[in-house]
This record gives sequence, structure tokens and C-alpha cells, in this order.
Amino acid sequence: METALPLIFVTVMGFSLLLYVILDGYDLGVGLLLPLASDDEKDVMIASIGPFWDANETWIVMGIGVLLIAFPTAHGIILTKLYLPATIMLLGLILRGVAFDFRVKAGDDKKAMWNRIFFIGSLVASMAQGWMLGSYITGLTGSLTNTVFSILIAFCLPALYCVLGATWLLIKTEGDLFAKAVGWARASVLPMAIGLFFVSIATPMVSSVIAERWFQLPNFIGLMPIPIVSIIALVLLTVLLRRDVDSLRTLNPWFLFICPVIVCLMAALGLAYSIFPDIIIGQMTIWESAAHTSALMFTFYGMCIALPCIIMYTIFIYRVFSGKATALSYD
Amino acid sequence: MEFDPFILSRIQFALNISFHILFPTITIGLGYFLLFFRIRYTQTKDPHWEFIYAFWVKVFALTFALGVVTGIVMSFQFGTNWPGFMEKVGNIAGPLLGYEVLTAFFLEASFLGIMLFGRQRVSNRLHLIATAIVTLGTTLSAFWILSLNSWMQTPTGFTYENGVMIAESWSAVIFNPSFPYRFAHMMVASLITASFLVAGVSAWRVLKGVDGPATMKVLKVAIIAAAILTPTQVLLGDLHGLNTLKHQPAKVAAMEGIWETQKGAPLTLFGFPDEDARTTHAAIKIPKLGSFILTHDWDGEIKGLNDFEGKHPPVAPVFWAFRIMVAVGMLMLLVSWACCWQFWRKGSINKLSQRVLFAMTFSGWVAVLAGWYVTEIGRQPWMVTGLVTTAEVVADHTPGILLTTLSAYVAMYAFLLVSYISAIFYMSSKPARSLLHMHNYNLPGKHPEDRAYRPISVSGPPPD
Ligand code: HDD
Ligand code: HEM
Ligand code: HEM
Repeated sequence: METALPLIFVTVMGFSLLLYVILDGYDLGVGLLLPLASDDEKDVMIASIGPFWDANETWIVMGIGVLLIAFPTAHGIILTKLYLPATIMLLGLILRGVAFDFRVKAGDDKKAMWNRIFFIGSLVASMAQGWMLGSYITGLTGSLTNTVFSILIAFCLPALYCVLGATWLLIKTEGDLFAKAVGWARASVLPMAIGLFFVSIATPMVSSVIAERWFQLPNFIGLMPIPIVSIIALVLLTVLLRRDVDSLRTLNPWFLFICPVIVCLMAALGLAYSIFPDIIIGQMTIWESAAHTSALMFTFYGMCIALPCIIMYTIFIYRVFSGKATALSYD
Repeated sequence: MEFDPFILSRIQFALNISFHILFPTITIGLGYFLLFFRIRYTQTKDPHWEFIYAFWVKVFALTFALGVVTGIVMSFQFGTNWPGFMEKVGNIAGPLLGYEVLTAFFLEASFLGIMLFGRQRVSNRLHLIATAIVTLGTTLSAFWILSLNSWMQTPTGFTYENGVMIAESWSAVIFNPSFPYRFAHMMVASLITASFLVAGVSAWRVLKGVDGPATMKVLKVAIIAAAILTPTQVLLGDLHGLNTLKHQPAKVAAMEGIWETQKGAPLTLFGFPDEDARTTHAAIKIPKLGSFILTHDWDGEIKGLNDFEGKHPPVAPVFWAFRIMVAVGMLMLLVSWACCWQFWRKGSINKLSQRVLFAMTFSGWVAVLAGWYVTEIGRQPWMVTGLVTTAEVVADHTPGILLTTLSAYVAMYAFLLVSYISAIFYMSSKPARSLLHMHNYNLPGKHPEDRAYRPISVSGPPPD
């Protein structure tokens, strides 16, 4: 158990953070797209994420929580190093989270202001997350190339979120807004693809540890499915989006949403392979920083019961609020 | 001017948690009120209860959102500002925080959706259950986090293995000696805070003449709740103090401003503690009452600060915070009983009482913050009583960075607090009718918009 527990916890942490990127990714994406919509459409867009965003955001609390419980030393080092971007992200998430309610509760004259704050909060939070991811991949050292790399990711992640947000809107909306969302999805796929491409090339260049892990012969071939599946998903999404809007209306929109989700999944697998078995790249392995077995065991029991329940009632909530989002309103 | 990063980190942490606690305090308490409204509606089918729920669930949603976003800041704070904390006591603190996420946060966050948007999508029964689940979730949050906080005050159930602190008995860790008192006192504090919020906002609606027929009804509920809860809280506070005397006598000595160990200690009602002169200036004292309250014996011995040279908390803030909390508590007792009496005699309350209640809308916050300052400052210089000092665990950020983030938080919180309070009063200034768009009830209020309103359909119980 002593060697297995840290492995289990690192898996749960990765799973939580991946779910966070996908789920809050579509929320943040909808926030990023908000300024492009008309006032009435804004209400529908917010309604499409209203019942879900809070639980979605809880996955980052879970991810950071597992880091804290299972790898306390790494938790301290990582978050101390990421102090600035983490604080900026938190400020962004605060603005975004309160704007949901304030935009309809603070009075009609303030609605436009809160819509803008909603957008700014989403943008700040997603860029700060990209920055954090960038610094983390480069081993938390602040050299110039690493900083440039982090900035690159800070611009890519919002593009990914826009694709997630736009395809989510395809599931949740109809009429004109649907047509607009198709346009937004089309427009953001290319920046996302270019961004992913550059990040994939740049990652081994800035991190020798990662380069070593990828470019050894048998491994390299075994790893090929990761980029190949990503490319297939991206191509599929592009091809599907080429169709005209009316034929897209008849298509099951989940197909479109699944494509960027697959890209996220592949990116996560690739990243996991790059980092494993470290928790801080090139400095500390998961076993070196793991908490005491007694603490892990105690949490493990609770997790075995709670996680399946959480997943079950999450599915239940998605079913209650399935279908197009028109009638839900905060006020 | 030199800024000490240690002090700045502490200020930032205290600011963040003080701001966070404002909102959970309300949601924990308001959840039970909403549950009560929902149950009453289910029993009586009286649309008033539905109207009351419809309004207060909005306040709940707004408060909840603020609680969530400021809570996320909290979950990062431990790593960003107190990395040493998790290194030293992570094996104990970690799982407690983990259980909070696993058992409480997901539960509240998921079922909140049904509570806010599900009225037409699920049956009344399921909606009632969702309300109960969210309320349970907020209580569970409080359970776990207070267990951790109490453990930091009165640590038990741990041992050392190779120099690392680990839990020996989880039940001894969770149910540590001060936990039952702190949990009970905090739960009742939340209910009281919510009572005064509900009463204050309703009184304001009556004063402004925008109240609907349900306003007096909810005002009465809040007053009765407050009248029952405040004496309970005084009793619990007394028990809590006795428990603290047993485990953290230095804190009690600071709270009471007792400088020298003595038998038959007086109770200091008021005064200005001076740590350099080791005396309380201009003190107003009642002989022997201090000993009587704390030991239930007129001549009982109480340890003074002289017994804890160099290891006691700063006296003045603890002394003052304690007096503020107790004073607010006594005022609440007086006001709630006076209003209760009026309700009983006349079936309503007079203008003066309405104004007082409005002035006390957020009095719960004052008492709660003061109470926490007693608790937390009273624990200094320890982070975990007797084991880890606060200075050991701080992160080494430069003062410049800390000053920047601290200013950003201050600006953000000031903006949010103003927005929050004005949004609540903006919502409550709206006519009753606009709050009822969800159903075709005929419950016109006194607002001009309400009077002009002619309902098309006849009112009746809503479809389930
Ligand atoms: C509405 C809020 C409220 C009211 C009216 C009171 N309290 Fe309180 N008090 C709290 C809200 C609170 C709190 C915020 O919930 C604290 C902080 C930590 C805790 O467990 O409860 C607290 C702490 C606290 C402590 C500190 C214990 C420790 O840290 O070791 C004592 C001794 C008391 N209270 C005693 C009282 C007494 C004698 C009261 C009688 C009037 C009283 N409180 C009213
Ligand atoms: C229940 C969960 C809580 C935990 C785990 C917790 C933990 C801590 C920690 C780690 C510190 C050390 C930092 C320091 O000494 O400055 C601290 C201090 C402090 N906390 Fe708490 N706290 C909790 C609740 C609260 C609440 C609800 C409040 C206020 C409303 C509060 C107010 C403060 C203040 C004012 C300090 C600063 C004391 C000083 O520095 O003199 N705490 N707490
Ligand atoms: C250091 C201490 C604390 C940490 C790390 C913390 C962390 C958090 C986090 C991450 C959330 C958001 C959960 C979500 O996403 O839904 C939250 C919300 C909440 N917290 Fe805290 N918290 C702390 C102190 C407290 C205290 C002292 C209390 C009450 C006694 C409390 C009660 C709650 C409740 C009831 C919620 C639900 C949201 C709400 O009701 O507004 N927390 N907290």
C-alpha cells in the first residue's frame, strides 16, 4: 500500500484537474465569448452554465485539495512559486463567480458593467491558468525562455476554452445563437490548433527532462497514438464544422463537444507521461513528497465512498438540466 | 518604512478568512430558514411561504456565490502563504480538509443548481430534498473546518513517527476537547446572524412600504428564532469559556484582563489594558464575579498573565474583541425579546423596533468576527497550541509582492462588500409582484407597481 497510495492519489488529482479543465473550461469559454452576443443572448448563454458552474469549479478545489492532502511538501513549494499567477487567477475567478448573480440582482443599470466583469474575470482566470501550467511544465524556474513559454500557453488556453465554450453552446442553444456559436467554434478551432502545435514543439525544447522521456526509441513509437488521436479529433471537428448551420442543427451536438474533450484528454495523458514519476519536474518524485500512510489511508476510505457518489449525483444533475437552456434565469 | 513579510502574510490571511467567514455564516443559517419555509409550504400550501422562499433563496444564492469564490482563495492560501503549515501538520490537517471537499463542497455545489433553477423541473418533494441537502452540506463544511480549527486550538490524538506528526486516533483528532463547544457555538452564531439579516431586511421593507402580506410573517419567524437562539448562545458561550479555561488558560487571562493569579478575581466590565504597565486603566470591576463565572465559586483561583510570561497572546485585541462580542450578544437578546413581547401583545412591532432591527441587519457579522478574533488572536503565538508557532511556517515572499496582492484583495473585497449589501437592499426594494413571476399568485404588496397590478388568473396552489 505504501507505494500504491501515492499513485492512486496522483491519479485522482490528475483526474480532478482534467475534469476541471474540461468542465470549468466550457464555463470560462462561454464567459470569453459573452461580449460577442446580444443582450438577450447573453442571458441564455449564462443560463446554459448556471446550474453547473459551481460544481465545475469545485473540481479545482478537489485537485488542489488532493495535492495538499497527499503531497503536502510539493503543495507548499508549487503554490509558493506560483504565488503571483495563482493570486491573479483567484481574483479572476472571484470576479467571474460573483458576476453570475450580480448581473441580474444589482439593478438594470449595472447589468452591462457586470457582463463586462464576467468577461474580464473569465479572461484573467484562464490566462493565469495558462501561465501557471507553463511555469509548472518548465519546472518552476523563472528563466527568460521559460517565461516566454509560459506566456505562449497563457494565450493558448483561452483559445481551447473558447472551443469548449462554443461547442457547449451548440448543445444548449437554438436559433440565432446556435448559428453564432457555430461561427465562434469555427473561428477558435484554428488558433487552438496552432497553439497546441507550438506548445507540443516547445515543451521538449524548454524541458530537457521531458525531451529525454519522449525521444527514446521504443517509447517514442508507443507514444504516437497520443498526437495521432489528437490530430484526428481536431480534423474531425474542423470537418464537421464545415457543414452549413442547418445540417449541423440535425446533428447530435455532443459529437462536436466530444472533439475538444478528446484533445484535452490526450494532452493530459501526454503531460502525465512527461511528468511521471515526478511531482515537481526534475526535483521531487511523488513518493518523496507523499504524506504519511496513515493520513493517506484515512482519506482513501472516504474517497472510495464519496467519489462514486459525487459522480452519480453529478450525472443526475446533468440529466435534470438536460436540453436547451432557455427558461432558466437567476432572478 | 520597513514592511515585515511575516506581518503582511498574517494580515493577508486574516483579511481573507475574515471576508470568507462573513458569507458561510449567513448561508449556514439561512439554509435552515429556507428549509423551514419549504416545509411550511409543503404542509400548508399557503403561497406566502412560497413567496418568502422565492425572495430569500435569491439572497442565499448571492451569498453562496461569494462564499464559494472566497473559499477557493482559502484553499490556495495554505500553500501560497503558510507552506510550513502543511509540512508540519499536513498529515492531520490534510485529511480533515479533504473530507470537507469530498463530503460537503460537491454536495452543496451540485444541489444548489436544483434549489435555484429546479422549481419547474423537479417535483416539490425533490426540491424540498435538494434544499435539505444543500443545508446539510453547509453544516458539514462547518463541521470539518471547525474540527480542524479546534484541533489547532486543543490538539489531541497524535503522535510522532520519525519526527513527523501523525494521527494516532482519528476520532480523538476530530472530536478534540474544544470541538463540540466551538461547533455548537458557531452553528448557533450562524442561525442568529441569519435571523437578524432576515429580520432587518423585512423591517426595512415594512418601513419603506414595499412589503407584501408575507413580510410580517417572515419577520415574526426571524424574531422568534432570535429570541430562542440568543439565550442559548449565551449559555453555550459560557460553556465554551469554561472549556477554554481548562485548555488555554492564557487566552482566558487575556480575555478577562487578569494580570496576576488570584483568588476571588473581579470581573472587568470595561477598561484599557496596558501591557507595558501590566495593568488595566480606568477599569470598572465587579468584585469576585470573574471567579464566580469561570469557576462557579466566589473564591476560585484564576491564573493571571504573570503565569505565562512571554507565552501569552497580545492582551488588548483579545480583551476588546471579547467585550464587543458579548455586548452585541446582550443587545441581540434585549432587542429580540422586546420585539417578541410586542408581537405577543399587539401582533406587530412598532416603528422604533423596525428601525432598530434595520440597524442591526448585519450585527451578526460584528459578533462573529469579534468572536473569531478572540479565538485566533488568543491562540497566538501558537499556530497549533503548544506545538508549532506561527513564525515557523510562513512563506518567504518579498514585502513588495505581498503588499501588491494585499492591496488587490483589499480593493476587491471593499468593492464586493458594497455591491453585496446594495444588491440585497436593491432586491428588497422591488415590488412583491416582480418576485413572483414564477407562479401566478395573487399576492399584491404595497408598492405602487403592485397596486396597479391586476392578476389575470385566479390564485391557487401552483402545479407540482
Ligand atoms: C452571533 C454571534 C455570537 C454571539 C452573540 C456570541 N458569540 Fe461567542 N463566538 C462566536 C460568535 C458569537 C463565534 C464567531 O462563533 C466564535 C469564534 C470561534 C467559535 O467557536 O465561536 C465565538 C467564540 C467565543 C469564545 C472563544 C472560545 C475560544 O476561542 O476558546 C468564547 C469564550 C465565547 N464565544 C463566549 C461567548 C459568550 C459568553 C457570549 C454571550 C453573550 C457569546 N460568546 C456570544
Ligand atoms: C476554521 C477554520 C480556520 C482555520 C483553519 C484558521 C487558521 C488560521 C491560521 C493558520 C492562522 C495563522 C495565521 C496567523 O497567525 O496570522 C490564523 C490566524 C488568524 N485567523 Fe484563523 N482560521 C480559521 C478561522 C478563522 C475565522 C473564521 C476568522 C475570522 C473571522 C479567523 C481570523 C483569524 C485572524 C484574525 C488571525 C490572525 C491572528 C493574528 O495574527 O494575530 N480565523 N487562523
Ligand atoms: C481555512 C479555512 C477555510 C478553507 C480552506 C475554506 C475553503 C472553502 C472553499 C474552497 C469553499 C468553496 C467550496 C465550493 O467550491 O463549493 C468554501 C465554502 C464554504 N465554507 Fe469555507 N473555508 C475555510 C473556512 C471556513 C469556515 C471557518 C467556515 C464556517 C464555519 C466555512 C464554511 C464554508 C461553507 C458553509 C461554504 C459553502 C459556501 C457558502 O456557504 O458560502 N469555511 N470554503
